[in-house]
Amino acid sequence: MSETTSTAAPEKVRVRLTVNGTSHDLLVEPRTLLADLLRGDLGLTGTHLGCEQGVCGSCTVLVDGTATRSCLVFAAQLDGATVRTVESLGGVDGSLHPIQRAFHENHGLQCGFCTPGMLMGTCELLERTTEPDPDDVREALGGNLCRCTGYQNIVKSVCAAGRALAAERNGAQV
Amino acid sequence: MKPAAFAYLAPRDLDEALDQLAEHGADARVLAGGQSLVRLMNARLASPSVVVDINRVPGLDALAVTNGSGPATLRLGATVRQRTSELSADVATHAPLLAEAGAHVAHAPVRSRGTVVGSVAFADPSAELPAALLALDGRVVARSRSGERTIEADDFFTGPFRTSLDPGEMVVAVEVPAVGARTGSAFVEVARRHGDLPVCGVAATVTRADDGSVAGTRIALCGAGERPVRARAAEDALTGSDGGEDAVAEAAARAADGLSPIGDCHGSADFRRHLARVLTGRALRTAIHRAAGEATDV
Repeated sequence: MSETTSTAAPEKVRVRLTVNGTSHDLLVEPRTLLADLLRGDLGLTGTHLGCEQGVCGSCTVLVDGTATRSCLVFAAQLDGATVRTVESLGGVDGSLHPIQRAFHENHGLQCGFCTPGMLMGTCELLERTTEPDPDDVREALGGNLCRCTGYQNIVKSVCAAGRALAAERNGAQV
Repeated sequence: MKPAAFAYLAPRDLDEALDQLAEHGADARVLAGGQSLVRLMNARLASPSVVVDINRVPGLDALAVTNGSGPATLRLGATVRQRTSELSADVATHAPLLAEAGAHVAHAPVRSRGTVVGSVAFADPSAELPAALLALDGRVVARSRSGERTIEADDFFTGPFRTSLDPGEMVVAVEVPAVGARTGSAFVEVARRHGDLPVCGVAATVTRADDGSVAGTRIALCGAGERPVRARAAEDALTGSDGGEDAVAEAAARAADGLSPIGDCHGSADFRRHLARVLTGRALRTAIHRAAGEATDV
């Protein structure tokens, strides 16, 4: 390492981004990961950090609509971006989003650590595929690890959520 | 947060990026998709003092087919995402091997951000895309403040995570000649888990002559050495043959000749040599069928 870097802290970077509909104008240290910005600076601890190397998928959030590992992106890169985290799903009154309800009803979680990543990955999948088949689900969530459920109920949950959202879009009662 | 402190630079055009790379030399790392670099930085296996984020450099996200005087060339700029390449109609038409190999890279959320060029420049000896580039007879377009040069894939990978890039130089694109008539390709791998780096993988292209014999083949292996390597003994065995089962078996038997794979917890050196032979056979059978215009599942 060059000596210049050890003597002076690098300049902070200005980042204007929208998180769950709220605009933020922040100065961040370059090495701040998006996951740490969300959890530490914005208090959005619903995003879970498991492996911090992109393997477990727990920290998955949507960046401009795309499922993204928030542990593998620097906040500094996201000037102008729109981020959605698991906190955006439920209602302010504590009501569950149809995806959350489907996970609840189909036993798609046990300890819940991986669930935020599962939910946001599901969110992206159901934006582009209204009624995914189990193979689509396995492809979309293949990079999200769960040590509790054995995955079958997660696949079931996502398929059920797809049907529920499709029914909602069609105006039917869920 | 895990990474060591660094200065973050976000150049607005390529000249600015090249100036920054020239100024900071080996202290700087280029950040494209970051799916390898940030992981290394989180583990402090990499601690660059300067990170040059090229994502805002216009033009680098171009995926284009150029038709010069010669055959068509597929060109992928430095910020073309792996997912974009994997789903691109141009890639499917002109270099289906790149899409097939790309689908094996990690998982969709990683590929949505990770870039093809980034994987090539990172030069992980186990990674799929460098081997695909090698099998496709691709090349790397490198630029620095002193100009641009084209490096053949055969000359680009020099060791584990090492390339023939000079300090201050960055890869602005990779180029692949469009596959011609009667050419088939295939990528197969064995990985411990879906989405993991393969223990061993094989990328192969086979071109057949009018009479059905094998006019040429390129076979590249990942996970079988210190860098992506060509199985030249196998290529020699297959070239000129009738492309039948005996010829494929003969070529596959030679796929590990001259290899010195590293044994580790994912697979011993002998196991990797075994995989190199078996997977070469599978890749060649599929590529030969595809060259003959038959659709075959791997």
